[in-house]
Amino acid sequence: MTAPQQQKLKITGPVVVTANRLGDGAVVYLDVQGGWTTSLAAAAVTTKVDEARALLMQGLADDINAVGAYIAPVLRSPDGVLTPGNLREQIRLHGPTVALPGAAGM
Amino acid sequence: MYLYDDLDRALLDDRVAEFRDQVARRISGELTEDEFKPLRLMNGVYLQLHAYMLRVCIPYGTLSSPQLRMLAHVARRYDRGYGHFTTRQNIQFNWIKLDELPDAIADLGKVGVHGMQTSGNCVRNITTDQWAGAAPDEIEDPRIFAEILRQHLTMHPEFSFLPRKFKIALTASAHDRAAIRVHDIGLRMHRNGAGETGFEVVVGGGLGRTPYVGKTINPFLHKRDLLSYVEAILRVYNQFGRRDNIYKARIKILVHELGAEAFGKEVEAEWRQIKDGPLALDAATIADIASRFSYPDYARLADDPTELSQARQTDKRFDTWLGNSVANHKQPGYAIVTLSLKPEGAPPGDATADQMDAIADLADKYSFGEIRVGHEQNLVLPHVAQHDLPALWRALDALGVATPNVGLVSDIIACPGLDYCSLANTRSIPVAQELTRRFRDLSLARDLGRLHINISGCINACGHHHVGHIGLLGVEKNGEEYFQVSIGGRADEKAGLGTLLGPAVPYAEVADVVEDIVAAYLELRERPDEIFLHTVERVGVEPFKERVYATR
Ligand code: SF4
Repeated sequence: MTAPQQQKLKITGPVVVTANRLGDGAVVYLDVQGGWTTSLAAAAVTTKVDEARALLMQGLADDINAVGAYIAPVLRSPDGVLTPGNLREQIRLHGPTVALPGAAGM
Repeated sequence: MYLYDDLDRALLDDRVAEFRDQVARRISGELTEDEFKPLRLMNGVYLQLHAYMLRVCIPYGTLSSPQLRMLAHVARRYDRGYGHFTTRQNIQFNWIKLDELPDAIADLGKVGVHGMQTSGNCVRNITTDQWAGAAPDEIEDPRIFAEILRQHLTMHPEFSFLPRKFKIALTASAHDRAAIRVHDIGLRMHRNGAGETGFEVVVGGGLGRTPYVGKTINPFLHKRDLLSYVEAILRVYNQFGRRDNIYKARIKILVHELGAEAFGKEVEAEWRQIKDGPLALDAATIADIASRFSYPDYARLADDPTELSQARQTDKRFDTWLGNSVANHKQPGYAIVTLSLKPEGAPPGDATADQMDAIADLADKYSFGEIRVGHEQNLVLPHVAQHDLPALWRALDALGVATPNVGLVSDIIACPGLDYCSLANTRSIPVAQELTRRFRDLSLARDLGRLHINISGCINACGHHHVGHIGLLGVEKNGEEYFQVSIGGRADEKAGLGTLLGPAVPYAEVADVVEDIVAAYLELRERPDEIFLHTVERVGVEPFKERVYATR
């Protein structure tokens, strides 16, 4: 496998680094302080390849708090609000698009 | 029911202790994710889109009521109050926390249930007919042989690192309810001309990226030779199966590339060396395993008791349900009852903890404490006295598991898809939900007759779309969800792969397309009892293609 720092990164818009939290698999984003947050609004965002790669390396270096860091696209509205860049990321952030059975769905 | 012995229990206790230690070391950072991942996978723990998923094995789809109650407990205590029954006769919990997994697995171990060999390149849960031991046309209980295989292949050192995962299915009835021809090894029990019992051995079936219907390499294998022959197949696969390319690693590719005949010859050569060794099954060994299955102490009852005919006359809904969800039992006065986990608008195969508990209670009251899981993602109460059917139906109806749609258009098989699965291209569940709404009219569904819709959210085909009468495969096109539609597949004794109709259709149009296909069928069928599949076989796919694409 090619190491992440050698992989070609293609970025067409704003991106964040996301992963799953070790303890419960919850979706987390790398924030500007280098910690992990469940809030997309608090994620570190970049549109530059070098910065994205640096963020990814930072995310991957933390193997205890988060698992499987990768770069994910986001959309930024004119007033700066971030939303996930594709359906997969939307579902990761907001959960299943269907009501969960039983009490879980209430 | 099969009674586990001390060996099974000791194995599970050891495994729980080991896993607890591994989780602690992962949380402390002593183990990296790369080191930990294969260890968790060996216990059925996956990391999905937004949580850990625990896959629990239900050997040959048989559950006791205490086991089902334990699944309910795990769903309630460690998860979000529900579980998902899969096409592999397993159950998956979607939201378990890493540090609680050892406790959940320990609780499951108390009733002999675990997640071992539900992942990785080993022999997975051995599946069989969910009516085993109850079906009228069955030769012998296939679970006895599934159990013999399970014991031999659990933690088998030689077969723990096969080129790829390996799935075995058995049936002992003329009608194949276990889809054996689309498994790595399919075993069909039958009798030869001399009246002896044995197995037709089918290899190299499978769905996924490269689907194949399996090929028969031995039309009759004496049951004495089952273990040695399966061992020989696995050895040949282990030696020649490709390890260089994950997409070519399944045994189906090897069988296809070598040819079934040449593959069979390799197996024969291997088998000749071991067939008379310790793996030969003598009658005493088979009897010993059989004796560990407990069978119901049936009462002597007659078929069609008066309670039943009265209830049929007085309650139309009961009569409809009976006609749809209740099947004949080998024992007079008893019946096999299928519980539909496909109510309108619900995710196929999901059951809440409360439902599981209630079903366990009903199994105790009406079905000798036994529950089965079928690959169609429904549950079964296998041994119900016919005079109890009206009372059972009322209870099942109140629980929401008596929708009379078993085998009909709304009895949809669907994988979890993009709502849960990290490998998915598209969602499956909302498509299934929409289709159950479109076909909510059960009298229309009955008029349509047997019609299986199968949905997979990616090419891995967990929803068995290739063998759906109508198969839907989710693909991604420019970041959008699309579905390829195929028709004419089937998973039974005449298993065959569906034919692709044409270009993929957008997510929003899938339900319309299925409605178009169904409308075309209604126009094309010769008689009301010509089922969809037979119409497709008779007229081919062209008329359906024209209908679907004429306006698109
Ligand atoms: S078919 Fe694909 S999307 Fe569906 S459960 Fe299997 S891997 Fe996931």
